[in-house]
Amino acid sequence: MFQQSSYTEQLTFFQKLRSFDFVLIICVLILGLISNFSMYSTDGGEFLYHTKSHLVRFLVFFTMMIFFSFLSLRFWHATAYLFYVIVLGFLVWASLYGITASGSQRWINLYFINLQPSELMKIAIIVCFARYFHREQITNVSSFKNIALSLTILILPIVLVLSQPDLGTSILIAASGVIVLWLAGLNIRYFVYSSLVLLVSFPFVISFLKPYQKLRILSFFNPDRDPLGAGYQIIQSKIAVGSGGLIGKGFLQGTQSYLEFLPEKHTDFIFTLFSEEHGFIGSVFLLIVYAILIYRIIKIGSISRSYFGRLFCYGFGSAIFIYIAVNMSMVLGLLPIVGSPLPIMSYGGSSMLATMIGISIVMSTKIYNKQIIN
Amino acid sequence: MEDKVFSDGDSNVRKFNTINRRVFILSIAKGVIFTGILARLFSLQISDSKKYLTLSDKNRLREWRLPPIRGEFKDYFGNTIAGNTEVYQLHVIPEQVENFKNLMVRLKNILPLTNKQFSKIIKKKNQQKPWETLIISENLTWDQFSKVNFYLHELSGAKPVLSVARSYPFKENYTHVLGYVAQASENDLLNNENIKNKHVPGLRVGKTGLEKSFENELIGTNGVQRYEVNAFGKRIKQVNFLEGDKGKEIKLTLDTEVQKLCNELLDNKAGSISVMDIYTGEIVAMHSSPSFDPNLFLYGISFKDWDNIRNNPNKPLINKTISGLYSPGSTIKPIVALSALENNVISPNFKVRCTGKMEMYGQTYHCWKKKGHGVVDLRGAIIQSCDTYFYEMSRKLGVDRLKVTASRFGLGNKVFQNLYGEEKGGLFPSTNWKKANLGQGWVLGETLITGIGQGYVQTTPLQLCLMTAQLANGGFKIYPTLISTKNQESLEKIKYKMNQNLIDEEKYDSSIIRTAEKFFKPGEKDYKRLFRNQENVKFVLEAMFASTNQWNGTSYKSRIEDPKYQFAGKTGTAQVKKITEEQRELDLETSQIPYKDRDHAWFVAFGPYKNPRYSISVFVEHGGSGSKAAAPLAKQLIKKVIDRHEEREKIRKRNLVDI
Repeated sequence: MFQQSSYTEQLTFFQKLRSFDFVLIICVLILGLISNFSMYSTDGGEFLYHTKSHLVRFLVFFTMMIFFSFLSLRFWHATAYLFYVIVLGFLVWASLYGITASGSQRWINLYFINLQPSELMKIAIIVCFARYFHREQITNVSSFKNIALSLTILILPIVLVLSQPDLGTSILIAASGVIVLWLAGLNIRYFVYSSLVLLVSFPFVISFLKPYQKLRILSFFNPDRDPLGAGYQIIQSKIAVGSGGLIGKGFLQGTQSYLEFLPEKHTDFIFTLFSEEHGFIGSVFLLIVYAILIYRIIKIGSISRSYFGRLFCYGFGSAIFIYIAVNMSMVLGLLPIVGSPLPIMSYGGSSMLATMIGISIVMSTKIYNKQIIN
Repeated sequence: MEDKVFSDGDSNVRKFNTINRRVFILSIAKGVIFTGILARLFSLQISDSKKYLTLSDKNRLREWRLPPIRGEFKDYFGNTIAGNTEVYQLHVIPEQVENFKNLMVRLKNILPLTNKQFSKIIKKKNQQKPWETLIISENLTWDQFSKVNFYLHELSGAKPVLSVARSYPFKENYTHVLGYVAQASENDLLNNENIKNKHVPGLRVGKTGLEKSFENELIGTNGVQRYEVNAFGKRIKQVNFLEGDKGKEIKLTLDTEVQKLCNELLDNKAGSISVMDIYTGEIVAMHSSPSFDPNLFLYGISFKDWDNIRNNPNKPLINKTISGLYSPGSTIKPIVALSALENNVISPNFKVRCTGKMEMYGQTYHCWKKKGHGVVDLRGAIIQSCDTYFYEMSRKLGVDRLKVTASRFGLGNKVFQNLYGEEKGGLFPSTNWKKANLGQGWVLGETLITGIGQGYVQTTPLQLCLMTAQLANGGFKIYPTLISTKNQESLEKIKYKMNQNLIDEEKYDSSIIRTAEKFFKPGEKDYKRLFRNQENVKFVLEAMFASTNQWNGTSYKSRIEDPKYQFAGKTGTAQVKKITEEQRELDLETSQIPYKDRDHAWFVAFGPYKNPRYSISVFVEHGGSGSKAAAPLAKQLIKKVIDRHEEREKIRKRNLVDI
């Protein structure tokens, strides 16, 4: 144990650099490139506001990710709770003094950036759980104390985010948390029970939803119910994707987005735009890049000697998958419309920041894969 | 310590095993979901791609239809008599205007618009869709047009455009023949599918006359401008432009020179003139008076102008030539005479002594000449238009036999089949007709007055023209037409066919129908004979000639001695009101009688007498006597028609079919 530990401490800068996961970095770069070109297309083929700020954010956060990758895994382990607490604090701040936009109080003003803490919480909850279950005995995982505590950790931010209101992000936070609990070895029957409870309580949950959320769910089941109102986004998005065909309409030629039929094309519907312009081939390529990215993250998790690193990588990889799956299913009309960005592709600094932090922890897991944390 | 580490390690192994197992299960789930998304992409982008591509095009492309360009009317010599002229218009597409109210107020000051026009435009705007063109003004003067262009930078959304509109260069000359166009009404859209399909705001359609009859040929097809629009309906760029086809050009048989003369002759009079080719049936001129300028209707006629037209007692809106029904008066005497001869009722030598009146069943029937004509034979009776002779002859003939001949020559029947919606058939009475329609038995006295073209008999001026033509060509059926077509039969062929009908009858003495079947293809014009013995027709024609060219003829004063123009004719003076004994005693001059009670003046003629080619009918409503009011007009007209003959023949030769 001592030996291994000392081995890790002796890593030189170049050794660290060499053990970077370049496949992962290339995937991130490809996605960054695609996202910037897509953003350029949303701006109507001009180098305008969205493209500029997306490019700047990508470059800044990518560089930050490289730097953060040099931080040892122990650092992330040590600061995990702190990270969670700070983000939770931000959420409280947001609910008190947050900036309101389009009826939702999601952002806090940090003077140099308007931060959306709920996006960071997606990562924070994983890091927090990874640390929490790192030292836990497998036999103890399903103890009452653990379940109660971990549910508290999970439910606190969900309640805060729900109250903003932001259904999409809170669902994604919940999903990330539940995935980590599953990976941590929580007894399967709890999952079965809770999914049963969820099913039964579904009608009651519906009755608590805001009218616009109910409309979204209704129009998901039948978009033609109100084609110019609630069903508009789904219909237009499907038209855009479908009209892309095999090879797409071509870069900057997506009429659905260019002529503004497509709503929210910078953020949630960026995949629609990409798919319209580059068709089935482009979409499959993008899916493959994401698949490789997720595969690499899981792979890195599997070579980590520390449980913290492994749980985080598995959790983060799965979370990324969920974000992608939810976003794509949504724009392809397989799920109701809930606000959920596509990692790296979508416009939005907080989402990009969160994803990059996650990747830098994964990278640090790779570099310090032999490090054992006590 | 060792133990602890070991058990710790054991627990760790279990922990790692659990997480690895669970991540494996998760991976399978991911694979399934991933495949699901791929399948969805495939179904959208590959299987249903066409459907969504159509939907996307439906989203982004919007079509604007342009008004079709209307086909033109040409006269026989190729002059445009209904064409299209360029006009300056001002269009606004409401949805492209930021502040419609401001724009309208600004335009109101610049143009300027009256309050009435202003509220009319606002009303129109509220009725149509926001992306449809709103026409602010259909005919800007050059001043207004340049003013709008000058202020254009302040009038965002207003579009000055160069458009085309119907124009009638000969104004009132062709009004009744052509009819006029005006904005399509609800009714037009309901009644004509073609108009409905091609309708755009401001579309003009034919309202009467040939403009209406040939609507489907004239209308043309819409040009289509296809624009790419964004989600808010704003035009981004024009994708393509399909030019519409101009409507078909229609060439008429009319001669503008003659038509103009007709208009001049009837200036300040109510009446009608028609001129027809007695072989081809081509109508050389056809005019009804008073007329009006159809260009007035183009942009919505002003209330004052419309009032003038509508309330004019001489009824300018009615095409008297085909829709005016009048008693033909003495102009039908040639037919009455022919009928009597054909039926062997009398011989030309049959004589009647005219004393100025005739008594029958206590009723007195007057001749127009109070003193009487003395003893007259048939020729003399036609020349002098002796009523007494015709009373006596009709009495012997009977109205039913007269009706057969009259109908055969076209009286009481529509001249054109379906060319004019407004054409009237008129009436030639018979005993059966009276029984069926009035429920009363025929009275002999009615036969007498029918024999001089009074009573129930009602004809249009064009019917009399056709009647004269069919007499003048030797008694053969012709086919009146206004439309000049290529592939006409040559004059020789027509005459040959007529001759065949004549000879054939004499040879075989069989039915006309069988001859027609033998010689001509079905559907071909057969020019069948309308008489039993052509000598009778020739007799009548000679008598008509004498009526104009013999010293005691009724139209002797209007004769032309030059054989080139020499013509034969028959006057007619139709009573409008029963003349009382007092009035008869007074024997007032026409000018002394109230206008509404004056006689209608008629004159029918054909010329040149040697080798006749044209027939004319002149009708002057309440003009007085035929010899004074109508025959002098005919004299001028026939000269013009014959002068134009050579020019006309040149054109006609080009249209002949080669056989």
